[in-house]
Amino acid sequence: MAEQRFLQLENIEKRFPIPGKEDYIAVTDVDLEIKQNEIISIIGHSGCGKSTLLNMISGLDAQTEGYIFLLGKEVKGPGPDRAVVFQNHSLLPWLSVYQNIEMAVKKVMPELSKKELKERVEKFITMVNLDHAKDKLPDEISGGMKQRVGIARALAIKPKVLLMDEPFGALDSLTRANLQEHLMRIQQNVQNTVIIITHDVDEAVLLSDRVIMMTNGPEATIGEILEVNLPRPRNRVELQHDPEYIRCREAILSFLYEKFAKEDE
Amino acid sequence: MNYDLAKKIILPMFVFGALILVWSWTASKVESFPTPADTYIAAFGGTTSAGDEMKGVLSDPFYVENEDDKGIFWQIVASLERVFMGFGLAILVGVPLGLIIGMSKEAQYAFDPFIQVFKPVSPLAWLPLLLFIFQDINMTAVSTIFVTSIWPIIINTTLGVKNVSPDYMNVAKVLRFTPIEKVIKIILPVAVPFIFTGMRLSLGIAWLVIVAAEMLTGGIGIGFWIWDEYNNLNYYNIIIGIIMVGFIGFLLDLIMGKIADFFDYRKRGRA
Ligand SMILES: Nc1ncnc2c1ncn2[C@@H]1O[C@H](COP(=O)(O)OP(=O)(O)O)[C@@H](O)[C@H]1O
Ligand SMILES: [Mg+2]
Repeated sequence: MAEQRFLQLENIEKRFPIPGKEDYIAVTDVDLEIKQNEIISIIGHSGCGKSTLLNMISGLDAQTEGYIFLLGKEVKGPGPDRAVVFQNHSLLPWLSVYQNIEMAVKKVMPELSKKELKERVEKFITMVNLDHAKDKLPDEISGGMKQRVGIARALAIKPKVLLMDEPFGALDSLTRANLQEHLMRIQQNVQNTVIIITHDVDEAVLLSDRVIMMTNGPEATIGEILEVNLPRPRNRVELQHDPEYIRCREAILSFLYEKFAKEDE
Repeated sequence: MNYDLAKKIILPMFVFGALILVWSWTASKVESFPTPADTYIAAFGGTTSAGDEMKGVLSDPFYVENEDDKGIFWQIVASLERVFMGFGLAILVGVPLGLIIGMSKEAQYAFDPFIQVFKPVSPLAWLPLLLFIFQDINMTAVSTIFVTSIWPIIINTTLGVKNVSPDYMNVAKVLRFTPIEKVIKIILPVAVPFIFTGMRLSLGIAWLVIVAAEMLTGGIGIGFWIWDEYNNLNYYNIIIGIIMVGFIGFLLDLIMGKIADFFDYRKRGRA
């Protein structure tokens, strides 16, 4: 018997109805298989349908055609097995850092005792180095810290897949680098399957095992898939001169700016 | 700064002085219009310029002569009771209704036309109908206040629900919250400040309306009292009544504002 496939997208198409016009075909013909504990990034010009694709995997939006299977079971609607880290963090502003994570863990793991719940929440706060801020409200901490809380909240519910839609897109480049380090360190300790959307070439190469490059919309689809054969842990400074890193970077740049350049950007 | 505080105290004094001047001038022009001095005596007791001995409406606010003759305190209490009864009922009905309308497009389509049509109707227009239905002064006043209060509560509750960011709802969806959990954990925290804004508006209007409603229904209450003093030719008491109504309205708004701030997560816990 063949080994069970982890996450599988089959022939996905998403059409948006436009009143009085033909449907807008955002993405079409997407076939993709993702292995357990793999880190995948999806890169493409803005508006090509990256978020659309991720929303279908998360179940927040339904595909028009095709199927998505997680461990052989069809994905229908959102659920905690596919945790999402939103670009704008989406922390509830009236709850503290601790309470935001607690709320999620409590709901997804109702069987935990009070003590276990507390331990779990604190473990994930520690994982993203936020012990000092655990009683702060989201508005009282920086953007990068908020995003770390978002990651902790997502991981704390023990998802099978972690979905991130341009998680660091709104942050300055230093903060972004810092968060990438966080993510890699966490991944080193606890293996997760991660799908991360980005429009940052370096981020894609640094973080991923494979980079999915999407063509431009309408009717966007997977153009190329790049394997990043770099050992982990990766060091961003040393990588700058690594031939494999340079090769990957060039492949993505050539895809984005030669094969599928976008005029209006 | 203290300098600013001094301005806040001294500047209103000038306006107060000007008001007294205008008032005195009016009293000198209008036949039997009470002067500021006589009004003061009517409020706090003494002998007026005409030589009448006055007990003072505000010096003896608690007296009860009989069912139909009670001190101003009891008049105000009667009005406040009606306002809070009607207002409370409006909250009980308006908040859940507003939540439903905010959460469901279908409910919005169903109710919105009626809200739009009934909202601009003066609550006093309902009064004769309500009097006819209930045949009871108290019930009529309370239900008039209910009709007054309900619209801002519904509308602001709905607005609060609409203000819930779709991102928060996405979090709720990923966590598979039940509809009840969505309401309690996501929608209410966002909507509560809006609900309190609606309640504050409602209470303000209710206090405006009760005075007029009681003038029409009669019996007891500060509105009726003012009207009764007019009929008894005690014009100074009208002025005292107006000032009392103003102070109470101001207090109600102040208290509602404090309560609203307490429930607003954006204003709580801020240093
Ligand atoms: N709800 C929607 N209705 C109509 N068109 C949409 C909707 N959502 C997204 N689109 C369109 O689909 C395309 C892909 O959008 P999106 O997935 O957000 O792009 P990306 O995340 O890659 O920047 C865009 O052209 C966008 O205008
Ligand atoms: Mg996007």
